[in-house]
Amino acid sequence: MSLDVTPSVAHRGFTDRILRRGPLEAVATTIIAAGVVMLMQPFSLTLYSWSFATTLFGTVMFTIVSKVRE
Amino acid sequence: MNELSASSRITYRAVMVRPGVARRIRGLSDKTLAWLFITPTILLLLAINIFPLLWTIYLSFTNYRANRANVPTIWLGADWYRSILTDPDIWAAMQVTAHFVIWTVLIETVLGFGLAYLIDKKFRGHGMWTTIILLPMMLSPAVVGNFWTFLYQPQIGLFNYVVAFFTGRAASSFQMLGDVTLSPWAIVIVDAWMWTPYVMLICLAGLRSIPDYIYEAAEVDRATKWRQFWSITLPMALPFIMLAVLFRGIENFKMFDMVNLLTGGGPGSTTEVASITLKRAAFESWRTGYSSAFAIILFVTVFGLANIYVKALNRVKSR
Repeated sequence: MSLDVTPSVAHRGFTDRILRRGPLEAVATTIIAAGVVMLMQPFSLTLYSWSFATTLFGTVMFTIVSKVRE
Repeated sequence: MNELSASSRITYRAVMVRPGVARRIRGLSDKTLAWLFITPTILLLLAINIFPLLWTIYLSFTNYRANRANVPTIWLGADWYRSILTDPDIWAAMQVTAHFVIWTVLIETVLGFGLAYLIDKKFRGHGMWTTIILLPMMLSPAVVGNFWTFLYQPQIGLFNYVVAFFTGRAASSFQMLGDVTLSPWAIVIVDAWMWTPYVMLICLAGLRSIPDYIYEAAEVDRATKWRQFWSITLPMALPFIMLAVLFRGIENFKMFDMVNLLTGGGPGSTTEVASITLKRAAFESWRTGYSSAFAIILFVTVFGLANIYVKALNRVKSR
């Protein structure tokens, strides 16, 4: 009698791996941080002008993805 | 026995006095009761938090001025947002805020962690020293602002005399609050003095949460103290340090009271942080719509940072 000891590996698709709360929250957090840096950096007025839109987008994204399944 | 009989007498009397109310409450479900209890709080929150926020969002799209409330309000769309986000003066205020936030958070984190590391060693009298270190944090920012104004006085201020003692310069030869170069550092020093103990407390909690057996295992492996610090202490205390950094970052981003008392944004606009600019636009120029838009921009930034803060907090809690 032979015993199959090979563990069953669940093959998850690319979307299953990416569309989870953890990675999406990390992306949203990075966008918020980028928006805050753009708001306070002393180098480019254009970056400053786009900072609010970036932070708002990141914040809305964070609020939405925090409801996504784990 | 007496207590039991007394409590049952009270219950009996309560039921006897209002039998109708008691019967009605007994008939309510747990969910209804829960709603009954939290409804006043929700209404209060709606009235003092949510309504002003929604009203501010509305005002940020109009030309409303609080000192001319009778003038008809015109819908301007996103004009104020465009104006603020292309204004070099507001951009300069953001850079002043950035200088204040970066340096205070950096100094407070380094000193706070250092102090926590020392206090964690539990030397003789460490309880007394902890209390002494925590004292500045317990003071009101208004009090701190006032007495540091006296400490920074060029003629009679203690700070100038201490600096004069160490550098050999005359005490009255420099003004911490009146000098364009020194005043941004003056507010950084006061904030660091006041809030380093807070960072120390958070870091101390992080250091105390590290189990002793990890250090014992490292000792067995003959790891040096330096190696233990970099491989055990710092990585395990890092979530707590991040928490302190985020909290102080958010707090200092919206700092108003202390800066207003110390310099009022001066000399010129060298210490004009974003909240001072906002106050000037709202209550000196009476540009209510414009200042509402500015407030919303600051709010979204703080809200975004708070999201990161909550995420970091959850990570710390899950440890």
